[in-house]
Amino acid sequence: MTTHPLNRLQIAWRAAQDITDGVLVNLGLGMPLFVADYLRPEVDVFIQSENGVIGVGALAPPDRADTDLVDAGSRRITVRPGAAFVDSSWSFAMIRGGHIDVAILGAFEVAANGDLANWDMRLPNKGPLVGGAMDLAACARSVWIIMEHVTRQGAPRLLDTCALPLTAVRCVKRVYTDLAIIDITPAGMVVREMLGDLSEEELRARTGAPLTFAPDCRPLVAPAIALPD
Amino acid sequence: MPIDKRAANAAEALADVLDGATVFISGFGGAGFPNFLIRALRDRGPKDLTLVVNSATHRYSHTHELIEAGLVRKVVCTAARGHSKEPSAFERLWIDGKIELECVPQGTFTERIRAGGAGIPAFYTPVGFGTELAEGKEVRRFQDREYVLEHAMKGDLALVRADTADRYGNLSFRYAQMNFGPVMAAAANLTIAEVRTVLDESMPHERVQLPGVYVDRVVAVTT
Repeated sequence: MTTHPLNRLQIAWRAAQDITDGVLVNLGLGMPLFVADYLRPEVDVFIQSENGVIGVGALAPPDRADTDLVDAGSRRITVRPGAAFVDSSWSFAMIRGGHIDVAILGAFEVAANGDLANWDMRLPNKGPLVGGAMDLAACARSVWIIMEHVTRQGAPRLLDTCALPLTAVRCVKRVYTDLAIIDITPAGMVVREMLGDLSEEELRARTGAPLTFAPDCRPLVAPAIALPD
Repeated sequence: MPIDKRAANAAEALADVLDGATVFISGFGGAGFPNFLIRALRDRGPKDLTLVVNSATHRYSHTHELIEAGLVRKVVCTAARGHSKEPSAFERLWIDGKIELECVPQGTFTERIRAGGAGIPAFYTPVGFGTELAEGKEVRRFQDREYVLEHAMKGDLALVRADTADRYGNLSFRYAQMNFGPVMAAAANLTIAEVRTVLDESMPHERVQLPGVYVDRVVAVTT
């Protein structure tokens, strides 16, 4: 167990520990996909991918890769026992209809009221890419975010209001970062867990919105997990 | 006359496509791209097309070849970002104002097409509310939530990929190949399916995932 800031895989591990038995989960592209590697062995869950796969399994080994068996990120996958395939209209009716229990997504910014910005960084000379981000953010029953607490330049990503274009309003329930776990509540951001060797003032200095600390706020811990080279 | 929707090849299937057509193209995540039909459409070369396609830039789809050939006036899609730092062919045209872009959330994209084939002119969705993709659109409150009015889309032509067809146009798909195929087929005036194989016999009915009533022509292609 470490008191250093969590690396990306440790953040994914920590979010995975909160996945409960029997839920239907959608994992966003990038960091969230690693959550699947760290689910607790006693939980039996289905992972939905918005291209119409219900029951995503492990990545396919090269000798079993099939160009028709892919997830929304174009990864060649396997499926678990009990898996099913539907078309896009059914897949998004499932999302919009509130049948996804938890969507774990990446983010650029999260606001104190739960507004989410995770689709458009305003990169020059690049076209837009929204995909299913708005559908998942607006309609999953719980939206959890996993992201670094601050940008590479050290600017807070947790803010009073988002500066980047919004994906959905008032949708985020919980944020897992390398420093803390923060719930978005009607009263604003509430810290549930934080690194043991970080002070409340140090966390506030890295956060662009007011924080309150839960009375039972616990140390944020994760096992050592090496990042791949 | 006995129904027989088999076309000899992709060029024959596309022989009557006109300039200005709105063209639906299936495929998502690498599965279900009708790449033989896309190449044949490029070779036929109709102008001023509007493409309705999930991604304008997907690396496994040949959609970009229609754009590079200068056949496309407008793209309606959910993804238009290239894969490298240098702008893609689409991004260059878009930056120069030479191609029109309508970016749509994916669930709204597929539901607009579904509505087009299902007799629904418009619908309200919670997706996009409060974002720039809903700017200028009608918003209405139902119960305790705001919804955005979105309009149906119809097409002149749908190009879809499936695994197996029969002479009646019935289709079955492999794994994640289905994606936008069924809704696109239902919302287009002319639907052409490319498939791995066309059965001589009729397809066992329990294998039919898209009834042939939505499919006008089927073409067998190699792989």
